[in-house]
Parts: sequence; structure tokens; C-alpha cells
Amino acid sequence: MLAKRIIPCLDVADGHVKKGVNFVHLTDVGDPVAIAAAYQQQGADELVFLDISATNEQRKTMAALVEQVSAQVFMPLTIGGGISSVADMQRLLKAGADKVAINSAAVADPALIQAGAEKFGNQCIVVAIDAAWDATAQQYRVYTHGGRQATDLDAIAWAKQAVALGAGELLVTSMDRDGTKAGFDLSLYQALGAAVKVPIIASGGAGGLADFVAVFQQSPVDGALAASVFHYGELTISDVKQALRQKAVVVR
Amino acid sequence: MFAIVDYDTGNTRNLQKAFAYLQVPTTLTADPAVLAQADAVILPGVGAFAAAMTALQDRQLVPVLQQLAQAGKPMLGICLGMQLLFERSSEYGDHAGLGLLQGQVTAIPSDLGVKVPQMGWNENELQQPDSSFASIDGAYTYFVHSYYAVSPVEQIVATVQHGVAIPSIVQRQNVVGMQFHPEKSGQVGLQQLASFKEMVSANDFSSN
Repeated sequence: MLAKRIIPCLDVADGHVKKGVNFVHLTDVGDPVAIAAAYQQQGADELVFLDISATNEQRKTMAALVEQVSAQVFMPLTIGGGISSVADMQRLLKAGADKVAINSAAVADPALIQAGAEKFGNQCIVVAIDAAWDATAQQYRVYTHGGRQATDLDAIAWAKQAVALGAGELLVTSMDRDGTKAGFDLSLYQALGAAVKVPIIASGGAGGLADFVAVFQQSPVDGALAASVFHYGELTISDVKQALRQKAVVVR
Repeated sequence: MFAIVDYDTGNTRNLQKAFAYLQVPTTLTADPAVLAQADAVILPGVGAFAAAMTALQDRQLVPVLQQLAQAGKPMLGICLGMQLLFERSSEYGDHAGLGLLQGQVTAIPSDLGVKVPQMGWNENELQQPDSSFASIDGAYTYFVHSYYAVSPVEQIVATVQHGVAIPSIVQRQNVVGMQFHPEKSGQVGLQQLASFKEMVSANDFSSN
């Protein structure tokens, strides 16, 4: 039986991990290879690197970073942030990424999902969705450009469309919960799970062990992603897995 | 030197990096003479079965690989590369494989409450206690695939459960296959590659 995945997310700019990581004693607190190796040691099931820089030059730096990390760390790597063409995807996959996550570019041009899936296979194409509850419209609304730009899209309908076009996995961030440590948005993931059959990764709101238990027990997600609780050493991956194991959630 | 078969299917970089990490020199080649001189032949692969077989045929590699395996050359197929070792596949039609292992490749049933493709970490159950790959028992490895091998039990070293029992390591003398990605399965994956390397060094494939 497949294990539920625990996935740390690392924000990268200029080839360095931002927001530091202070659970390891690093001379360079932003060294991506050392941080990735430490997370592998803790039992992370996968790593997501998010390019938060905006220039093409820095995107080339990202491919170099993937080359380095994948020579030392042997687990699935997903790269997201600013990917807007099949050529961008190819460069990262060739460098050693296993999956690429597309967000704003997929909303602007949904055919990009299909083009990527046809060239590299559905399993390589993750569609990342940033969503927030719109009480007036009574729906989850999709946002792009790092959450700064609202769209007219309903997140559940967009998820279905993305999967129909070839997305092999969805990485869905609740903007309402992101940074709040108030727990994952369970109703968002329940609605998504009823709508699509591909793996769903929950993101946004992880604060404590109970939040991880809740998202796996009460929604059909395949993985849970978090950043700050892991980076600042508030929780370790092994803490999370132990708590899940005690509640009979299958983890590696 | 291990030769990784270069037939333009899938990402061989990560596999090369894993062998480099284990200090096993590799070369990426489609040259029959280089394959013949290698200590072992590694057959990688992602994508569709028929396209991969066509790519091997275009390079006249099908008889080369068959003769090498039959002459006792250690061979390791990984993911789609493992599936190519079997006799046939029903992926998008009916296609002949290399026929170095008995059995055929068929779709993972999607009506058993599991997601297809199987994508993620699954727990191995050892089926052959004396195998050189015994360290895999109870350990998780990383899978990405929609088809699986239906194999005689004597070839099955280990399995995982995903609706059905899916062979994760298969072996028939010098021909070994791994359905998971050892280059993406952390220390456990590296250990399986190291076990294969030891079998090659000792020229001992007697455990199966």
C-alpha cells in the first residue's frame, strides 16, 4: 500500500534557500544540497523547490541547483516557480527533476499542461493551484502570480480541467490557511478528492502534529506539504511520521 | 565499468548519478562492442513499451542485448527497462519484448480502489529469503508506473501491494529487473544497486 507523503517545500532565489533552515548546523543556512540531504536523513518522501526569483537568468541557476541536489540526494524532486514553457520543463527534468509544477502559466495557457504531459508523461506534470474561499460566490477561487491576482476560475472546476488535460498530480495551497498554522483546509481537499482521481498534495496551514493527522484521516490527499514548521525545527519529519503511524496512517 | 544502454528514452542522468555516488563508473552507450566489454549492462527506460522497443530496434540492439544476456552478461532493467525484459506487453496493443524473462506486462487494474499510475513509496515484501536483495524486505521504494509484470513465482524476488501484488524485483540468473526507481529510493534504493554490483563483482547469481 502506498505511503502517505510528507513533503518539505524550499523557497529558492539566487541558488540559495530563503527563509533559512535552522534545524541543521550549517555554515551556509541556505545551502540547498545540505538542506536536501538533511531532509532525506529525516525521512522526507519528496522535496519541492520553489523558484521565487523572477528572471530568466535565475531560472538557469535553478537547473544548476537541481543538478547538484540530484547528485547527492536520491529522492523525488519537484521544481516549481516561473515555469512557462515546455523548454523550461525540459531543462529542469534533464537536470534531474522528477516533476515540474506549473501554476500561473497553466492558467494563462491551459494547453501547456497537455504539451508537457504529451512530451514527458502525465507523471511529470504537477499543476499547482492557489485557492481561497470566496464567501460571496460560495466557491474556492483560483489566484495566480503568487496569490496576488484573482481569476474567475473555480478551483474545483479548474482542477478537473487540469487533470483532463494531463496533470498527473495537483499541489493545492489554501491561501486562507497559508502561514496561519491553523491546520489544513479539510473541506477544500474533500471537495477536490471527490472531483479528481490523481494524487493531491495539501499545502497551507500546517502548525502541529494533529494537523497532519487530520488531513490524512479526514480527506483523501496523498501528501502534505509544509515549509516553516520544518525549516524552523518546530517539527521534524520523523515526529510527523510517528504521530501518523500511531493513528494507523501508512507512512514510510 | 557498467554500460547504460543509450537509446534516447527517458532520463538516464539520475541513474548515472546514483552509480557515481556508489563509485561505480558508467558509460552511456549504444555501441555493441562497448556493451560486450562492460561488466554489466543497465537498461533504463521511461515512457511507453512499444516506443522503447522501436528505439532499441532502430539501433539494432534487440539481438545484441538478447545474445549478451544469453551468454551470461549481468543485466539490470529498471522501471520500463525491467518490463522490456519480459516476453510481451499489452500496453497500447500487443508488443514483443526482449524475452529474457518469462511472463508479460499488463495494466494495473484501476477498479480495485487504487490510483493508477502507482506513484509513490510502497513497502516491499521479500518472496525469496536467500536472495542477494534480501535487505529490501519491509523497506519502501519509489514507484511510477501504470503497467506491471505478470511473472512465474520463481522469478519474483520481492513484491508490493497496489490492488494486486506487483513484482518489484525479478531475477532469472544473470537477468535482474527493478520496477521501482532505485535512483530515487533513498538509501534503500542505493543499497539495491550496491547489491547488484556485488553480485556482478562476485559473478554470483546463484541466489535465484
